[in-house]
Amino acid sequence: MTTPEQSTPEPAAPETSAAGLPDRPKLRLATVWLAGCSGCHMSFLDLDEFLFDLAAVADVVFSPVGIDTKTYPENVDVCLVEGAVANVDNLELARIVRQRTRLVISFGDCAVTANVPGLRNLCASPNGSSQQAVLERGYLELADTGAQLPFAPGIVPELLPRVLPLHEVIAVDLFLPGCPPSAQRIKEAIAPLLAGERPVMEGAEMIRFG
Amino acid sequence: MSVITLSVNGKDVAIPEGGSLLEATRAAGVEIPLLCHLDGLEPVGACRLCLVEVEGSNRLMPACTTAASEGMAIHTHTHQLLDYRRMAVELFFAEGNHICAFCVANGNCELQNVAVQVGMDHSRFPYQYPQRVVDASHPLFAIDHNRCILCTRCVRVCDEIEGAHVWDVGSRGSHCHIVAGLDQPWGEVDACTNCGKCVDVCPTGAIFHKEDTTAEKLRHSDRPALLKAARDEHVWRNQ
Repeated sequence: MTTPEQSTPEPAAPETSAAGLPDRPKLRLATVWLAGCSGCHMSFLDLDEFLFDLAAVADVVFSPVGIDTKTYPENVDVCLVEGAVANVDNLELARIVRQRTRLVISFGDCAVTANVPGLRNLCASPNGSSQQAVLERGYLELADTGAQLPFAPGIVPELLPRVLPLHEVIAVDLFLPGCPPSAQRIKEAIAPLLAGERPVMEGAEMIRFG
Repeated sequence: MSVITLSVNGKDVAIPEGGSLLEATRAAGVEIPLLCHLDGLEPVGACRLCLVEVEGSNRLMPACTTAASEGMAIHTHTHQLLDYRRMAVELFFAEGNHICAFCVANGNCELQNVAVQVGMDHSRFPYQYPQRVVDASHPLFAIDHNRCILCTRCVRVCDEIEGAHVWDVGSRGSHCHIVAGLDQPWGEVDACTNCGKCVDVCPTGAIFHKEDTTAEKLRHSDRPALLKAARDEHVWRNQ
Protein backbone atom coordinates (compact mmCIF):
# COMPACT_ATOMS: atom_id res chain seq x y z
CA MET A 1 0.00 0.00 0.00
CA THR A 2 1.49 3.31 -1.07
CA THR A 3 -1.01 5.78 0.26
CA PRO A 4 0.86 8.46 2.17
CA GLU A 5 -0.36 9.51 5.55
CA GLN A 6 -2.66 12.33 4.67
CA SER A 7 -2.31 15.64 6.34
CA THR A 8 -5.53 17.20 7.42
CA PRO A 9 -5.20 20.95 7.23
CA GLU A 10 -8.12 22.69 8.81
CA PRO A 11 -9.87 25.46 6.94
CA ALA A 12 -9.88 28.97 8.29
CA ALA A 13 -12.52 29.29 10.94
CA PRO A 14 -14.57 32.39 10.29
CA GLU A 15 -15.55 33.60 13.72
CA THR A 16 -18.99 35.01 13.68
CA SER A 17 -20.24 37.93 15.70
CA ALA A 18 -23.49 37.87 17.63
CA ALA A 19 -25.29 39.00 14.48
CA GLY A 20 -23.94 35.96 12.66
CA LEU A 21 -21.76 38.10 10.39
CA PRO A 22 -18.20 37.02 9.84
CA ASP A 23 -15.53 39.09 11.55
CA ARG A 24 -12.82 37.54 9.45
CA PRO A 25 -12.58 37.23 5.67
CA LYS A 26 -15.06 34.74 4.28
CA LEU A 27 -14.10 31.12 3.69
CA ARG A 28 -12.92 30.63 0.11
CA LEU A 29 -14.90 27.69 -1.28
CA ALA A 30 -14.46 26.00 -4.64
CA THR A 31 -16.13 23.09 -6.43
CA VAL A 32 -14.57 21.21 -9.32
CA TRP A 33 -16.11 18.85 -11.88
CA LEU A 34 -13.82 16.15 -13.28
CA ALA A 35 -15.05 12.88 -14.87
CA GLY A 36 -18.53 12.67 -13.41
CA CYS A 37 -22.11 13.30 -14.44
CA SER A 38 -22.52 16.56 -12.43
CA GLY A 39 -25.04 14.76 -10.22
CA CYS A 40 -22.99 15.66 -7.13
CA HIS A 41 -23.18 19.30 -8.14
CA MET A 42 -26.94 18.97 -8.64
CA SER A 43 -27.11 17.50 -5.14
CA PHE A 44 -25.06 20.48 -3.90
CA LEU A 45 -27.60 22.85 -5.45
CA ASP A 46 -30.26 20.77 -3.71
CA LEU A 47 -29.02 22.32 -0.44
CA ASP A 48 -31.75 24.90 -1.09
CA GLU A 49 -31.95 27.57 1.61
CA PHE A 50 -28.73 26.36 3.24
CA LEU A 51 -27.02 27.93 0.23
CA PHE A 52 -27.99 31.33 1.67
CA ASP A 53 -26.37 30.42 5.00
CA LEU A 54 -23.35 29.22 3.08
CA ALA A 55 -23.15 32.42 1.05
CA ALA A 56 -23.12 34.41 4.29
CA VAL A 57 -19.89 32.80 5.46
CA ALA A 58 -18.22 31.62 2.26
CA ASP A 59 -17.26 33.05 -1.12
CA VAL A 60 -17.54 30.66 -4.04
CA VAL A 61 -14.28 31.40 -5.87
CA PHE A 62 -14.42 28.63 -8.51
CA SER A 63 -17.31 26.39 -9.50
CA PRO A 64 -19.03 25.13 -12.65
CA VAL A 65 -22.40 25.92 -11.04
CA GLY A 66 -21.52 29.02 -9.03
CA ILE A 67 -19.14 31.38 -10.81
CA ASP A 68 -17.81 31.98 -14.30
CA THR A 69 -14.09 32.11 -13.42
CA LYS A 70 -12.07 29.82 -15.68
CA THR A 71 -8.79 29.81 -13.73
CA TYR A 72 -8.55 28.02 -10.41
CA PRO A 73 -7.49 30.72 -7.94
CA GLU A 74 -4.82 30.72 -5.21
CA ASN A 75 -5.50 30.33 -1.50
CA VAL A 76 -8.68 28.29 -1.60
CA ASP A 77 -9.79 27.03 1.82
CA VAL A 78 -12.08 24.13 0.86
CA CYS A 79 -12.66 22.43 -2.49
CA LEU A 80 -15.27 19.79 -3.32
CA VAL A 81 -13.92 17.68 -6.18
CA GLU A 82 -16.54 15.73 -8.12
CA GLY A 83 -15.57 13.02 -10.59
CA ALA A 84 -12.80 10.56 -11.28
CA VAL A 85 -9.53 11.41 -13.01
CA ALA A 86 -9.94 10.21 -16.59
CA ASN A 87 -8.05 12.57 -18.90
CA VAL A 88 -5.06 14.92 -18.95
CA ASP A 89 -7.23 17.96 -18.17
CA ASN A 90 -8.67 16.21 -15.09
CA LEU A 91 -5.14 15.35 -13.96
CA GLU A 92 -3.81 18.87 -14.47
CA LEU A 93 -6.73 20.47 -12.62
CA ALA A 94 -6.54 17.96 -9.77
CA ARG A 95 -2.88 18.84 -9.23
CA ILE A 96 -3.58 22.57 -9.34
CA VAL A 97 -6.42 22.08 -6.84
CA ARG A 98 -4.04 20.28 -4.48
CA GLN A 99 -1.39 23.00 -4.72
CA ARG A 100 -3.81 25.86 -4.11
CA THR A 101 -6.26 24.35 -1.61
CA ARG A 102 -6.00 23.73 2.11
CA LEU A 103 -8.71 21.08 2.43
CA VAL A 104 -9.56 18.88 -0.56
CA ILE A 105 -12.77 16.84 -0.36
CA SER A 106 -13.25 13.79 -2.58
CA PHE A 107 -16.88 14.49 -3.47
CA GLY A 108 -19.08 11.55 -4.50
CA ASP A 109 -18.47 7.97 -5.59
CA CYS A 110 -16.73 8.84 -8.88
CA ALA A 111 -14.04 10.82 -7.04
CA VAL A 112 -13.85 8.24 -4.23
CA THR A 113 -13.97 4.97 -6.22
CA ALA A 114 -13.87 5.94 -9.97
CA ASN A 115 -17.41 4.44 -10.06
CA VAL A 116 -19.10 4.50 -13.50
CA PRO A 117 -16.35 6.40 -15.40
CA GLY A 118 -13.94 3.73 -14.13
CA LEU A 119 -15.88 0.98 -15.91
CA ARG A 120 -13.74 1.51 -19.00
CA ASN A 121 -10.86 0.05 -16.99
CA LEU A 122 -12.61 -3.30 -17.59
CA CYS A 123 -11.65 -2.97 -21.29
CA ALA A 124 -7.94 -2.75 -20.45
CA SER A 125 -5.50 -4.37 -22.85
CA PRO A 126 -2.72 -6.55 -21.41
CA ASN A 127 -0.56 -3.44 -20.79
CA GLY A 128 -3.27 -2.19 -18.39
CA SER A 129 -4.48 0.68 -20.59
CA SER A 130 -8.13 1.05 -21.61
CA GLN A 131 -7.48 4.28 -23.53
CA GLN A 132 -7.43 2.83 -27.05
CA ALA A 133 -10.07 0.17 -26.40
CA VAL A 134 -12.68 2.64 -25.17
CA LEU A 135 -12.09 5.03 -28.09
CA GLU A 136 -12.34 2.22 -30.63
CA ARG A 137 -15.49 0.91 -28.99
CA GLY A 138 -17.14 4.32 -28.85
CA TYR A 139 -16.06 5.87 -32.14
CA LEU A 140 -15.39 2.94 -34.49
CA GLU A 141 -17.24 -0.24 -33.48
CA LEU A 142 -20.48 1.48 -32.50
CA ALA A 143 -20.47 4.13 -35.24
CA ASP A 144 -23.29 3.95 -37.78
CA THR A 145 -21.58 6.26 -40.24
CA GLY A 146 -18.38 8.31 -40.38
CA ALA A 147 -16.38 6.13 -38.04
CA GLN A 148 -13.25 8.01 -36.98
CA LEU A 149 -11.25 8.57 -33.83
CA PRO A 150 -11.36 12.10 -32.40
CA PHE A 151 -8.10 13.95 -33.00
CA ALA A 152 -7.80 17.57 -31.95
CA PRO A 153 -4.54 18.11 -30.05
CA GLY A 154 -4.80 20.90 -27.52
CA ILE A 155 -8.59 21.00 -27.77
CA VAL A 156 -9.91 17.55 -26.92
CA PRO A 157 -8.01 16.30 -23.85
CA GLU A 158 -6.31 12.95 -24.22
CA LEU A 159 -7.60 10.06 -22.12
CA LEU A 160 -5.35 8.65 -19.42
CA PRO A 161 -4.53 4.93 -19.68
CA ARG A 162 -6.78 4.22 -16.68
CA VAL A 163 -9.50 6.10 -14.83
CA LEU A 164 -8.39 6.70 -11.24
CA PRO A 165 -10.03 7.73 -7.98
CA LEU A 166 -8.90 11.20 -6.90
CA HIS A 167 -6.85 9.93 -3.93
CA GLU A 168 -4.66 7.85 -6.24
CA VAL A 169 -3.57 11.10 -7.92
CA ILE A 170 -3.44 13.69 -5.13
CA ALA A 171 -3.67 13.59 -1.33
CA VAL A 172 -7.27 13.92 -0.18
CA ASP A 173 -8.26 15.32 3.22
CA LEU A 174 -11.87 14.18 3.47
CA PHE A 175 -13.99 11.56 1.70
CA LEU A 176 -17.65 12.26 1.02
CA PRO A 177 -19.02 9.19 -0.78
CA GLY A 178 -22.44 8.70 -2.36
CA CYS A 179 -23.91 8.57 -5.84
CA PRO A 180 -24.71 11.32 -5.37
CA PRO A 181 -24.17 12.25 -1.72
CA SER A 182 -27.55 13.56 -0.55
CA ALA A 183 -27.90 17.27 0.12
CA GLN A 184 -28.30 16.42 3.79
CA ARG A 185 -25.02 14.50 3.77
CA ILE A 186 -23.24 17.38 2.02
CA LYS A 187 -24.62 19.78 4.60
CA GLU A 188 -23.55 17.55 7.50
CA ALA A 189 -20.05 17.43 6.01
CA ILE A 190 -19.51 21.10 5.23
CA ALA A 191 -21.40 22.82 8.06
CA PRO A 192 -18.75 21.78 10.65
CA LEU A 193 -16.00 22.97 8.28
CA LEU A 194 -17.52 26.43 8.27
CA ALA A 195 -17.12 26.43 12.04
CA GLY A 196 -13.51 25.27 11.73
CA GLU A 197 -14.34 21.74 12.88
CA ARG A 198 -13.87 18.40 11.20
CA PRO A 199 -17.10 16.55 10.38
CA VAL A 200 -17.66 13.08 11.82
CA MET A 201 -17.79 10.79 8.80
CA GLU A 202 -19.43 7.73 10.36
CA GLY A 203 -22.59 5.74 9.89
CA ALA A 204 -24.75 4.88 6.90
CA GLU A 205 -26.10 8.41 6.63
CA MET A 206 -22.59 9.78 6.05
CA ILE A 207 -20.44 7.15 4.31
CA ARG A 208 -22.52 4.51 2.59
CA PHE A 209 -21.58 4.17 -1.07
CA GLY A 210 -24.15 4.29 -3.85
CA MET B 1 -26.46 -29.69 29.04
CA SER B 2 -23.02 -28.75 30.26
CA VAL B 3 -21.90 -25.17 30.12
CA ILE B 4 -18.52 -23.58 29.50
CA THR B 5 -17.42 -20.20 30.71
CA LEU B 6 -15.04 -17.83 29.00
CA SER B 7 -14.41 -14.11 28.81
CA VAL B 8 -15.16 -11.72 25.94
CA ASN B 9 -13.44 -8.34 26.23
CA GLY B 10 -13.06 -8.98 29.96
CA LYS B 11 -16.69 -9.91 30.48
CA ASP B 12 -17.46 -13.45 31.67
CA VAL B 13 -20.05 -15.37 29.69
CA ALA B 14 -21.47 -18.90 29.87
CA ILE B 15 -22.58 -20.75 26.76
CA PRO B 16 -23.59 -24.37 26.06
CA GLU B 17 -20.69 -26.74 25.43
CA GLY B 18 -19.91 -27.06 21.73
CA GLY B 19 -20.75 -23.44 21.02
CA SER B 20 -18.53 -21.22 18.88
CA LEU B 21 -16.69 -18.05 19.77
CA LEU B 22 -19.36 -16.23 17.77
CA GLU B 23 -21.99 -17.50 20.19
CA ALA B 24 -19.80 -16.32 23.04
CA THR B 25 -19.57 -12.81 21.57
CA ARG B 26 -23.34 -12.75 21.16
CA ALA B 27 -23.78 -13.88 24.76
CA ALA B 28 -21.59 -10.96 25.76
CA GLY B 29 -23.70 -8.57 23.71
CA VAL B 30 -20.77 -7.77 21.44
CA GLU B 31 -21.41 -7.25 17.74
CA ILE B 32 -18.74 -8.14 15.21
CA PRO B 33 -19.04 -7.73 11.44
CA LEU B 34 -20.09 -10.89 9.56
CA LEU B 35 -20.40 -11.56 5.84
CA CYS B 36 -20.07 -15.25 5.05
CA HIS B 37 -21.73 -16.42 8.25
CA LEU B 38 -25.46 -16.95 8.17
CA ASP B 39 -27.49 -18.44 10.99
CA GLY B 40 -28.95 -21.73 9.77
CA LEU B 41 -25.96 -22.60 7.57
CA GLU B 42 -22.73 -24.37 8.51
CA PRO B 43 -19.99 -21.80 9.21
CA VAL B 44 -16.92 -21.81 6.94
CA GLY B 45 -14.77 -18.83 8.02
CA ALA B 46 -14.44 -17.52 4.45
CA CYS B 47 -14.68 -13.75 4.86
CA ARG B 48 -12.33 -13.31 7.87
CA LEU B 49 -14.29 -10.35 9.19
CA CYS B 50 -15.09 -12.10 12.49
CA LEU B 51 -11.43 -12.67 13.39
CA VAL B 52 -10.79 -12.29 17.13
CA GLU B 53 -7.74 -12.36 19.37
CA VAL B 54 -7.45 -15.31 21.72
CA GLU B 55 -5.15 -14.79 24.70
CA GLY B 56 -2.25 -17.22 24.60
CA SER B 57 -2.45 -17.68 20.84
CA ASN B 58 -0.35 -15.78 18.32
CA ARG B 59 -2.91 -16.41 15.57
CA LEU B 60 -6.17 -14.61 14.98
CA MET B 61 -9.17 -16.95 14.99
CA PRO B 62 -12.43 -16.69 13.02
CA ALA B 63 -15.14 -16.54 15.68
CA CYS B 64 -17.69 -18.37 13.54
CA THR B 65 -15.68 -21.58 13.11
CA THR B 66 -13.64 -21.67 16.34
CA ALA B 67 -15.08 -23.74 19.16
CA ALA B 68 -15.24 -21.99 22.50
CA SER B 69 -13.46 -23.78 25.31
CA GLU B 70 -13.41 -23.45 29.07
CA GLY B 71 -11.40 -20.49 30.38
CA MET B 72 -10.69 -18.87 27.02
CA ALA B 73 -10.18 -15.10 26.99
CA ILE B 74 -10.93 -13.39 23.70
CA HIS B 75 -10.83 -9.81 22.46
CA THR B 76 -12.99 -8.62 19.60
CA HIS B 77 -12.26 -4.93 19.07
CA THR B 78 -8.54 -4.29 19.51
CA HIS B 79 -6.92 -1.63 17.32
CA GLN B 80 -5.24 -4.35 15.29
CA LEU B 81 -8.52 -6.15 14.64
CA LEU B 82 -10.31 -2.92 13.68
CA ASP B 83 -7.47 -2.15 11.24
CA TYR B 84 -7.54 -5.63 9.72
CA ARG B 85 -11.33 -5.65 9.38
CA ARG B 86 -11.34 -2.37 7.52
CA MET B 87 -8.52 -3.60 5.28
CA ALA B 88 -10.43 -6.83 4.59
CA VAL B 89 -13.53 -4.89 3.54
CA GLU B 90 -11.46 -2.55 1.35
CA LEU B 91 -9.94 -5.61 -0.30
CA PHE B 92 -13.41 -6.98 -1.05
CA PHE B 93 -14.25 -3.76 -2.88
CA ALA B 94 -10.89 -3.54 -4.67
CA GLU B 95 -10.89 -7.20 -5.67
CA GLY B 96 -14.26 -7.33 -7.47
CA ASN B 97 -16.27 -4.92 -9.60
CA HIS B 98 -18.63 -3.44 -7.03
CA ILE B 99 -20.37 -0.40 -8.51
CA CYS B 100 -23.03 0.38 -5.89
CA ALA B 101 -24.63 3.13 -7.98
CA PHE B 102 -26.42 0.78 -10.38
CA CYS B 103 -26.43 -2.48 -8.40
CA VAL B 104 -29.68 -4.39 -7.75
CA ALA B 105 -28.72 -4.58 -4.07
CA ASN B 106 -27.87 -0.89 -3.59
CA GLY B 107 -29.24 0.20 -0.22
CA ASN B 108 -29.91 -3.39 0.77
CA CYS B 109 -26.46 -4.93 0.59
CA GLU B 110 -24.51 -6.59 3.37
CA LEU B 111 -21.18 -5.60 1.80
CA GLN B 112 -22.28 -1.95 1.81
CA ASN B 113 -23.39 -2.37 5.40
CA VAL B 114 -20.13 -3.84 6.67
CA ALA B 115 -18.26 -1.04 4.88
CA VAL B 116 -20.23 1.40 7.01
CA GLN B 117 -19.70 -0.78 10.09
CA VAL B 118 -15.90 -0.75 9.74
CA GLY B 119 -15.82 2.96 8.85
CA MET B 120 -14.65 2.55 5.26
CA ASP B 121 -15.04 5.84 3.37
CA HIS B 122 -12.62 4.87 0.57
CA SER B 123 -10.35 2.01 -0.49
CA ARG B 124 -6.63 2.44 0.07
CA PHE B 125 -6.05 -0.46 -2.32
CA PRO B 126 -6.14 0.10 -6.09
CA TYR B 127 -9.16 -1.44 -7.82
CA GLN B 128 -8.32 -4.57 -9.79
CA TYR B 129 -11.09 -4.56 -12.42
CA PRO B 130 -11.03 -8.35 -12.96
CA GLN B 131 -12.65 -9.80 -16.08
CA ARG B 132 -15.80 -11.54 -14.91
CA VAL B 133 -19.04 -12.65 -16.53
CA VAL B 134 -22.79 -12.52 -16.00
CA ASP B 135 -24.74 -15.77 -16.41
CA ALA B 136 -28.37 -14.97 -17.24
CA SER B 137 -29.20 -18.39 -18.70
CA HIS B 138 -31.62 -19.29 -15.89
CA PRO B 139 -35.23 -18.35 -16.68
CA LEU B 140 -35.88 -16.64 -13.33
CA PHE B 141 -32.54 -15.63 -11.83
CA ALA B 142 -29.09 -14.43 -12.87
CA ILE B 143 -25.61 -14.47 -11.34
CA ASP B 144 -23.29 -11.50 -11.86
CA HIS B 145 -19.82 -12.68 -10.87
CA ASN B 146 -18.58 -9.08 -10.78
CA ARG B 147 -20.45 -8.67 -7.48
CA CYS B 148 -19.55 -12.04 -5.94
CA ILE B 149 -17.42 -12.05 -2.78
CA LEU B 150 -17.11 -15.86 -2.59
CA CYS B 151 -18.88 -16.12 0.76
CA THR B 152 -20.28 -19.50 -0.42
CA ARG B 153 -23.65 -18.92 1.21
CA CYS B 154 -25.32 -20.00 -2.07
CA VAL B 155 -23.24 -23.17 -2.15
CA ARG B 156 -24.19 -24.02 1.42
CA VAL B 157 -27.88 -23.16 1.30
CA CYS B 158 -28.37 -25.19 -1.88
CA ASP B 159 -26.54 -28.17 -0.42
CA GLU B 160 -27.64 -28.06 3.23
CA ILE B 161 -31.19 -26.73 3.06
CA GLU B 162 -32.46 -27.38 -0.47
CA GLY B 163 -30.42 -30.55 -0.99
CA ALA B 164 -29.84 -29.84 -4.68
CA HIS B 165 -26.14 -28.90 -4.56
CA VAL B 166 -26.25 -26.85 -7.74
CA TRP B 167 -23.42 -24.56 -6.68
CA ASP B 168 -19.75 -25.18 -6.02
CA VAL B 169 -16.46 -23.30 -6.03
CA GLY B 170 -14.13 -23.64 -9.02
CA SER B 171 -10.53 -22.65 -9.82
CA ARG B 172 -7.94 -21.07 -7.53
CA GLY B 173 -6.66 -17.71 -6.36
CA SER B 174 -7.90 -14.70 -8.31
CA HIS B 175 -9.65 -17.05 -10.78
CA CYS B 176 -11.73 -18.60 -8.01
CA HIS B 177 -15.43 -18.37 -8.82
CA ILE B 178 -18.80 -19.93 -8.10
CA VAL B 179 -19.79 -22.61 -10.63
CA ALA B 180 -23.22 -24.03 -11.42
CA GLY B 181 -23.47 -27.79 -11.95
CA LEU B 182 -20.37 -29.09 -13.70
CA ASP B 183 -19.27 -25.52 -14.54
CA GLN B 184 -22.26 -25.18 -16.88
CA PRO B 185 -24.59 -22.28 -17.65
CA TRP B 186 -26.99 -22.12 -14.69
CA GLY B 187 -30.04 -22.58 -16.95
CA GLU B 188 -28.72 -25.94 -18.14
CA VAL B 189 -28.33 -27.44 -14.66
CA ASP B 190 -31.16 -29.95 -14.20
CA ALA B 191 -30.53 -30.22 -10.45
CA CYS B 192 -31.72 -26.61 -9.91
CA THR B 193 -35.23 -26.60 -8.43
CA ASN B 194 -35.79 -22.87 -9.08
CA CYS B 195 -36.36 -22.43 -5.32
CA GLY B 196 -34.50 -19.09 -5.13
CA LYS B 197 -32.80 -19.78 -1.78
CA CYS B 198 -29.44 -18.74 -3.25
CA VAL B 199 -31.02 -15.40 -4.17
CA ASP B 200 -32.35 -15.00 -0.63
CA VAL B 201 -28.99 -15.58 1.05
CA CYS B 202 -26.63 -13.77 -1.35
CA PRO B 203 -25.27 -10.85 0.71
CA THR B 204 -24.61 -8.67 -2.36
CA GLY B 205 -26.29 -8.23 -5.73
CA ALA B 206 -24.41 -11.19 -7.25
CA ILE B 207 -27.44 -13.51 -7.41
CA PHE B 208 -30.73 -11.78 -8.12
CA HIS B 209 -34.22 -12.07 -9.56
CA LYS B 210 -34.18 -11.03 -13.20
CA GLU B 211 -37.08 -8.64 -12.75
CA ASP B 212 -35.17 -6.62 -10.11
CA THR B 213 -33.39 -3.50 -11.34
CA THR B 214 -31.23 -0.96 -9.50
CA ALA B 215 -31.77 -0.96 -5.73
CA GLU B 216 -34.78 -3.31 -5.99
CA LYS B 217 -33.34 -6.50 -4.50
CA LEU B 218 -34.73 -7.26 -1.07
CA ARG B 219 -32.92 -9.23 1.61
CA HIS B 220 -34.26 -12.52 2.93
CA SER B 221 -31.17 -13.78 4.71
CA ASP B 222 -33.21 -14.87 7.74
CA ARG B 223 -34.86 -17.70 5.83
CA PRO B 224 -32.28 -20.49 6.32
CA ALA B 225 -32.52 -20.09 10.11
CA LEU B 226 -36.32 -20.23 9.92
CA LEU B 227 -36.27 -23.35 7.77
CA LYS B 228 -33.68 -25.05 9.95
CA ALA B 229 -35.67 -24.39 13.10
CA ALA B 230 -38.81 -25.67 11.41
CA ARG B 231 -37.11 -28.90 10.39
CA ASP B 232 -34.95 -29.58 13.45
CA GLU B 233 -37.20 -28.31 16.22
CA HIS B 234 -40.57 -28.37 14.42
CA VAL B 235 -41.00 -24.74 15.35
CA TRP B 236 -41.93 -22.00 12.93
CA ARG B 237 -40.13 -19.06 14.44
CA ASN B 238 -41.95 -16.51 12.33
CA GLN B 239 -45.34 -17.55 13.73
